[in-house]
Amino acid sequence: MQKRLIVNPPLLEIMVLRLCHQLIENHGDFSDSVILGLQPRGRFVAQRIQSTLAAILGKQVPTGYLDTTFHRDDFRRRETPLTANATKVDFLVEGKKVILVDDVLYTGRSVRAALDAMIAYGRPASVELLVLIDRLYTRHLPIQATYVGRQVNSLQSQRVLVEWKEQQAPEDNIWLITKTED
Amino acid sequence: MQELSVRHLLGIKDITPQDIQLIFETADNFKDVLNRPIKKVPSLRDITIANVFFENSTRTRLSFELAEKRLSADVVNFSSSSSSVKKGETLLDTVNNILAMKVDMIVMRHSSPGAPHFLSNHIKANIVNAGDGTHEHPTQALLDSFSIREKLGEVAGKKVVIIGDILHSRVALSNIFALQKLGAEVMVCGPTTLLPRHIRQLGVLVETDVRRALQWCDVANVLRIQLERMQMKYFPSLREYTLYYGIDKKMLDSLDKEITLMHPGPINRGVELSSDAADSHHSIILNQVENGVAIRMAVLYLLAQKQ
Repeated sequence: MQKRLIVNPPLLEIMVLRLCHQLIENHGDFSDSVILGLQPRGRFVAQRIQSTLAAILGKQVPTGYLDTTFHRDDFRRRETPLTANATKVDFLVEGKKVILVDDVLYTGRSVRAALDAMIAYGRPASVELLVLIDRLYTRHLPIQATYVGRQVNSLQSQRVLVEWKEQQAPEDNIWLITKTED
Repeated sequence: MQELSVRHLLGIKDITPQDIQLIFETADNFKDVLNRPIKKVPSLRDITIANVFFENSTRTRLSFELAEKRLSADVVNFSSSSSSVKKGETLLDTVNNILAMKVDMIVMRHSSPGAPHFLSNHIKANIVNAGDGTHEHPTQALLDSFSIREKLGEVAGKKVVIIGDILHSRVALSNIFALQKLGAEVMVCGPTTLLPRHIRQLGVLVETDVRRALQWCDVANVLRIQLERMQMKYFPSLREYTLYYGIDKKMLDSLDKEITLMHPGPINRGVELSSDAADSHHSIILNQVENGVAIRMAVLYLLAQKQ
């Protein structure tokens, strides 16, 4: 297995800060906006975005975590069973501007499932997608992110791994992992 | 990534404590789904489930049907009273005919113990036992333990007494297996005629004095007297049963601790439970019913992955 660092801790901090400023451009004081992190890994991105926004704006933007397991289209079609995570959405998304947050955008299928799952909480005014890493040319569905941290060219056999200190990783890093046959 | 160790849910006896934990964790998520404005997920939209009920049921059947619909499965219902079973068709023929119409899962209630086990040896579809005679009623035991876990935090180490007609009760047997697998201490209490002779071999305590049983326990699961299953007299009269084994509010208040009161339903008010006890703050009877849908959703969801 080969591991290549594509985003180091200071770069990641700058990336999150830039994404937050892009969000502010479109959402102003966030009075009608909510953040939804996609379980399991988008949760950490959402937390980071929320705390960074809090430092800039001095207010907490409502943030929830959305689990898409029961809405996935590969249930009973994949080898390994899916394990559900907790959903924590304490607000209705009815009429709100929703920002979906995930770490990596790959095939787009989890985002499709998330759109489905989100509808259970009401009809949002608009939905945007924020991802840290956009893997180019790998989409199965016509889904694009509104805010992108960084675009990456990658092979299908490769994997992008985002590590957070909150997950007991030594520091925040983004890796590109290549499986080697040996 | 976890999955169940079985393809069918025939009884609690056949599943592992890990299976039960997995069902509980999945049910937690479904309970959350049930509290949303839109109480439905599309997980089983490509699955057809037949509810095959050879015996009467309101709660279990409704609960299963709701669970199936909340998972977006297609549902067909079958009850023996209005079917060809009356014309002499065998169980296997009936079920094979249903399966020939491309049904993926069978939820079955039958008055003969072991009927779902027999079926599981002959057909491919996943089977969920919704009660087989006096044998097992696994989803009821799961939702009972789930309700205890919800109310008291955990099941392990808790003292649970099952009171009433143990002899004819499938709920009692499944509950004993489930509670023991989760590490609870189990006692059964009832008139000796309604206690199976070898019940101690299951490792349960036996008590005939309901007051002593209540004083001992953290949770009391009260069962209905199943008059329809009794071919002979097991006690002189219902009045006498109520006098010795009926539980009322006064009795609960006289205990020096708070206990939790459960009942699998249907309640015979004034027989095993008085109205003031059944409606008191001790009772989690309606929570049990609410949890039933989430538990059944979890069971169906997890079994559907084991096609």
